Amino acid sequence: MNLNLKIWRQKSNSDKGKIVDYPISNVSEHMSFLEMLDVLNEGLISKGEEPVAFDHDCREGICGMCSLYINGEAHGPDRGVTTCQLHMRKFKDGDTIYIEPFRATALPVIKDLIVDRSSFDRIQQAGGFVSVNTSGNTQDANAIPIRKENADLAFDAATCIGCAACVATCKNASAMLYVSAKVSQFALLPQGEVEAKERVINMVNKMDEEGFGNCTNTGACEVECPKGISLDNIARMNREFLSANIKK
Amino acid sequence: MSMNSKVPDGEIKDKWTKYKDTINLVNPANKRNIDVIVVGTGLAGGSASATLAELGYNVKAFCYQDSPRRAHSIAAQGGINAAKNYQGDGDSTYRLFYDTVKGGDYRSREANVHRLAEVSANIIDQCVAQGVPFARDYGGLLDNRSFGGVLVSRTFYAKGQTGQQLLLGAYSAMNRQIARGKIKMYNRHEMLDVVIVDGKARGIIARNLVTGEIERHSAHAVVLASGGYGNVYFLSTNAMGSNVTAGWKAHKKGAYFANPCYTQIHPTCIPRSGDYQSKLTLMSESLRNDGRIWVPKHKKDVEAIKSGEIKAVDIKEEDRDYYLERRYPAFGNLVPRDVASRAAKERCDAGYGVNQTGEAVYLDFSSAINRYGKEQALLKGLDVNNEKTVADLGKDIVKSKYGNLFQMYEKIVDENPYETPMMIYPAVHYTMGGIWVDYNLMTTVPGLYAIGEANFSDHGANRLGASALMQGLADGYFVLPYTIGDYLSDDIRTGPISIDSKEFDEAEKTVVDTLNKLINNKGVNSVDYYHKKLGKIMWDKCGMARTEKGLKEAMTEIKNLREDFWKNVSVPGEVNELNTELEKAGRVADFLELGELFAKDALDRNESCGGHFREEYSTPEGEAERDDKNFSYVSAWEYKGEPSKAELHKEALNFENIEVKVRSYK
Amino acid sequence: MSNSTFFKSIGYKVLMALSGFFLMFFLVQHLTINLLSIFSADNFNEVSHFMGTNPLVQFLLQPVLIFAVVFHFVMGIFLEYRNNKAREVSYAYNKPSANSTWMSRNMIISGLTVLAFLVLHFIDFWIPEISTKYVLGDMSGLLPSGEFRYHHELQEKFIHIERVIAYVVSFIFLSLHLMHGFQSSFQSVGFRQNKNMIFLSKLSYLFAILIPAGFISVALFHYFNH
Repeated sequence: MNLNLKIWRQKSNSDKGKIVDYPISNVSEHMSFLEMLDVLNEGLISKGEEPVAFDHDCREGICGMCSLYINGEAHGPDRGVTTCQLHMRKFKDGDTIYIEPFRATALPVIKDLIVDRSSFDRIQQAGGFVSVNTSGNTQDANAIPIRKENADLAFDAATCIGCAACVATCKNASAMLYVSAKVSQFALLPQGEVEAKERVINMVNKMDEEGFGNCTNTGACEVECPKGISLDNIARMNREFLSANIKK
Repeated sequence: MSMNSKVPDGEIKDKWTKYKDTINLVNPANKRNIDVIVVGTGLAGGSASATLAELGYNVKAFCYQDSPRRAHSIAAQGGINAAKNYQGDGDSTYRLFYDTVKGGDYRSREANVHRLAEVSANIIDQCVAQGVPFARDYGGLLDNRSFGGVLVSRTFYAKGQTGQQLLLGAYSAMNRQIARGKIKMYNRHEMLDVVIVDGKARGIIARNLVTGEIERHSAHAVVLASGGYGNVYFLSTNAMGSNVTAGWKAHKKGAYFANPCYTQIHPTCIPRSGDYQSKLTLMSESLRNDGRIWVPKHKKDVEAIKSGEIKAVDIKEEDRDYYLERRYPAFGNLVPRDVASRAAKERCDAGYGVNQTGEAVYLDFSSAINRYGKEQALLKGLDVNNEKTVADLGKDIVKSKYGNLFQMYEKIVDENPYETPMMIYPAVHYTMGGIWVDYNLMTTVPGLYAIGEANFSDHGANRLGASALMQGLADGYFVLPYTIGDYLSDDIRTGPISIDSKEFDEAEKTVVDTLNKLINNKGVNSVDYYHKKLGKIMWDKCGMARTEKGLKEAMTEIKNLREDFWKNVSVPGEVNELNTELEKAGRVADFLELGELFAKDALDRNESCGGHFREEYSTPEGEAERDDKNFSYVSAWEYKGEPSKAELHKEALNFENIEVKVRSYK
Repeated sequence: MSNSTFFKSIGYKVLMALSGFFLMFFLVQHLTINLLSIFSADNFNEVSHFMGTNPLVQFLLQPVLIFAVVFHFVMGIFLEYRNNKAREVSYAYNKPSANSTWMSRNMIISGLTVLAFLVLHFIDFWIPEISTKYVLGDMSGLLPSGEFRYHHELQEKFIHIERVIAYVVSFIFLSLHLMHGFQSSFQSVGFRQNKNMIFLSKLSYLFAILIPAGFISVALFHYFNH
C-alpha cells in the first residue's frame, strides 16, 4: 500500500523542529510499523538524506524503548501493543499517518522522535526498591507464603515496561500510572511493607519535582497502556499516600 | 598471555565453598578507593553493579539503551532454573549440575557448572526478598514448571515475563545504589574500546550516544556484561542493538574468544514473512509442554496447504507426522532445543515446510485443548461428549497458561492460534560461546572480567531452557563480587587511575579514527545492506547444519564482504551528534570480523556437539556424532591481527564427576 | 508548603475530591429544598426561613460552603495551569476521543460554565438575600403582605425564558461535570477496584443526571406555573 507520512523532524533539543511529509509506497501489510520506518530510512539513506531517528530495541514489545505518537495515539491505533508490535494491516492504502514524539515537559525531545525518559529512572531511584542486600543470605523463598491473588496483582502491576505511553497520552502529562504500578507492586507484597510509607511519599515527591502533571482520572492512560496496567493501581497509590500521611 | 582455568582443587561439591574461604578480600575502607566499570546492565551486569556497589566499590555502569531496565534480558519469557526441589520430585544440586553438563553436550567446565547449580537456590531467595512477583499456587507458595531436556520441575516463572521481572529486580537493586551515589549510571553510552595499562585493564573509551562525545573512563577493573552476539546472523531473537563490540574490542586487546561457533537456534520462533523483516520473535519453549509439533505426512497435502486449497485443521490425524514424538519417544516434544531445531530443519529441507517460504512447522494445541477441556468438563459435571463445551473449557485453560503468548502470535501473524495450529521455525537465540574466562570469571587480560552471556563458561555446546537467567544472576550476584576481590586486593594502594596516559590517548585515537573513517567513507551501500548479506552467509553456511566446504566458503565470503564494507559503506550524518547509523556501522564492522572467526572455529571442530552440527559428523539417521577423544576441549582463540590468523589455544575438559555418554533423548 | 509531604499532586487531588464530595452533598440538600417548592409553597417557605435565619446555617455552614466553592474552583484553575505546563509543546495531531470521555477532559470548561452560573445565581438570590437580611436588617422573611417572601421570589425569577434557558444550559454542564466528577472523586481518595467499577460508574451517571434534572424541573415548573 501507499502512505503519506507526516513525521516530526528535529535536529537536536535546541532546534525548533517541524512536521515533514514523506510519501512511501510498496508497504506490506505484514510489516510492523517500525519495519515500515526501516524501509523509509533505507530510502532516505540511499538518497543521501538523514534517516529519521527513533528509539527501538527488542522489537517484541517488552523493553519499552519504542515510543511514537501515531495518528494522535501513543503506540498507534491498536490496543495492548507497543509500536514495534503494531502492524501495517491496521492502516489502509492512501492513509495519512502523523508520527510525533511523546510530548511532555518532563520528556524533552533529544532528536526527531527520540525523547529523554531519564525522569522515569530518577523516580525509581527515589524509592522503587526493597532495601535488601543482594548477598543471598535471605530467608528461604517459601518462608513467607503470599496469597495468590496478591501475588498476581503485584505481578500485573510489575509488568509495566516504562515506555511512557501513559504520560504521552494523559492530557496532563501525568506519570501517575507509571509511579503507581511500582508503588502497588511493593504495597501488595510483604517484602515491600517495611518501607511502604517512605516509598510512596518519596516517589510522589520526585514525580512532582520532575514536572509531570496532575492526575485527573480521565482513564486515558489505562486504555493506551500496552501492558494494560489498571487504574486500580492509581487508586491504591492514593490510598497508600493518604495513609502514609495520616500515620506519619 | 597464559591460559590457566584456575579451578581450585578438592571435591567438586566443596570447591566453591573452600575457595571462597581462602581468597583474598578487600577491607570495607579500601573498597571505597576502588573503582569498577561494568559494561551492560542486563541480568549479569545489573546484578553485578548492584552487588559491587553494595559491597562498597565505586561502580560506573554503562548501557547503550536509555535506561538499564531495557537490557535484552528483559525479553526472556519462560523461567529460571533453581535446584530448590520444592516439588519433591527428586531434584538436587547434583541433578541440576548433571542436566546442565549433559544438556551442554559435555563441552562445559565441570567446576563452573557445579558452582552455578550450588548458588541457583540462593537466586530465588534473593529475588523473592527483592519483591520479584514469581507465580504462586493457591497455598501461597512458589510454583514451578518443567522445561525441555530435563525430567523434573525446577523452573520458577512469572507468567511469560520472567526475564522482565528478574531484570526489574536487579534494576531496583541498582536504583538503590544509584540513589546512594555508589553507582554512577551512564545511559546511552557505548563502550568502544578497553584501555590496558601495564598489562591490566584500567578503563574504557565510550561514546556518548546523545552528543557523540568520546569519553575516557578509568577504573581498577573492567567487567564486560555485554550479552551475546546472535545478531551476527542479522535476523535473531536478540534486540536490534545487541552487539559484540565490547567483547570483540576486548578480544583484539588480548582476551581470548572461546567457542564462537556454539550458537543456540531456538526451535519455537515465529517464521519469517518477508525481506523487510528486522527481527524474529520467540515463542516461549514452555509452549512445548502442551503443543505438539507436526508436518503433513504427504507432499500433496503440503502443496495443497501452500496453494490455500486446504487448511491445517483439514488434515486428518493419520496424515500428520508428529516427527519429534516419532523420533524421540522418551522426550517427545520436550527434547532439548538443538535437537528440536535440527529436526524441524530436516523436515523442511525434505520439502514438508508448511508456509510460502517452506520454512515452518505446526505447533498444535488441539490435543491439549481437548485434554484439558475433558478434565474440566468432568470436574464441572458437564457433558464430556459435547465438543463445543469441551473446546471452550480447554481453551480457557490454555489461555490461562499461555494467554500472552497466544495474543502476541495473533498480533504478529494475524491468525487465531486457538483455532488453527501455530506456525513456528527455529531462529538464532543465544550464543553459548563468548569471551574465555577462568574460574574467577577473569579473561586472559588481568583485571578484565566477562559475565553472563558475554562469557563462554557454563553452557557448553548447548544451553538448557531457563538456564540463561540463572547464569546471569549467579555470575552477577554471587560469583563475580567474591572473585573480583581476590584481584582487587592488590590494588588497594594504587589510587585513582589517571585518564591522561598515553594508553588512553592511543585508545581514544583509534576509536576516533574509526568513527571518522566510517562517516567520511561516503560509499554507496547502507549499513543494513552489509548486515543482511552477512546474516545470509552466516545462516546458510554457519547455521543449523555446517559443512567443511560451506565453512571455507563462508570465511572467504565474509572476508570479501568486510573489505567491500570498508570501501563502500555509507554512513550519513555527523560524528558529533546522535547518529543511529553510525552506531550500527561500528557494530556491523565488528560482526564482520567475528563472523569469520566463527566460521574458522566451526571448521576446526570436526565433530557435532550441541548447537554445532557438522553434516560430515552425523549418523545416517541424522543424529549428532560427538568426538570426545579428539575434541573434548574449549577452543580459545587469540587475536593475531586478523580473524583468519587467530591462534587456537585448547583448554582440556576433564569430567571427573559425570560419566560422559552419548546424549540420547530417544 | 514545599516541605510538606501532603501538599503534593496527590494531596491536591484528594482536596479536590473532598471539596467535591462536600459540594455534591450540598447539591442534594439544595435540590431537596427546591423540590419542596413544587409540592408545597408553605413547606418551602418554612424550610427556607429556617435555613436563612438559623445562626448555625448562616454563620457556620454558609462560610464553609463559600470556602468549599472558592477552594474548588481556585484549586481547579491552579491545577489546570500546572497541568498545561506539564506539556509545553502540544501534538500536531491528537485523538483523545480514542481513550477518554469528553467530560473527563473538559472539567475546566464545564466547571467554568458552572462558575459563571454561580455568579448569576448569586446576583439572583444570594446578594438580594444578604442585603435584605444584613444590610436592611429585615430578618422577618416576610413580604409587606405578611406572607413569606421565599416562594414568591423564586417564582418571580423564572418568568423570563432567557433566564430559564440559562439555568437549563448551566445544569446540563453541571451534569457533564458530575458525570466525571462523581466517580473521579472516589478514585482520588482511593476508592476504586475493577470489581466495583461498573457499579460506581453507573451510580455516577445516575447522580449526574438526576440531580441536574431535578434542578431543571424546578425551573421549568415555575416557568410554566407562575
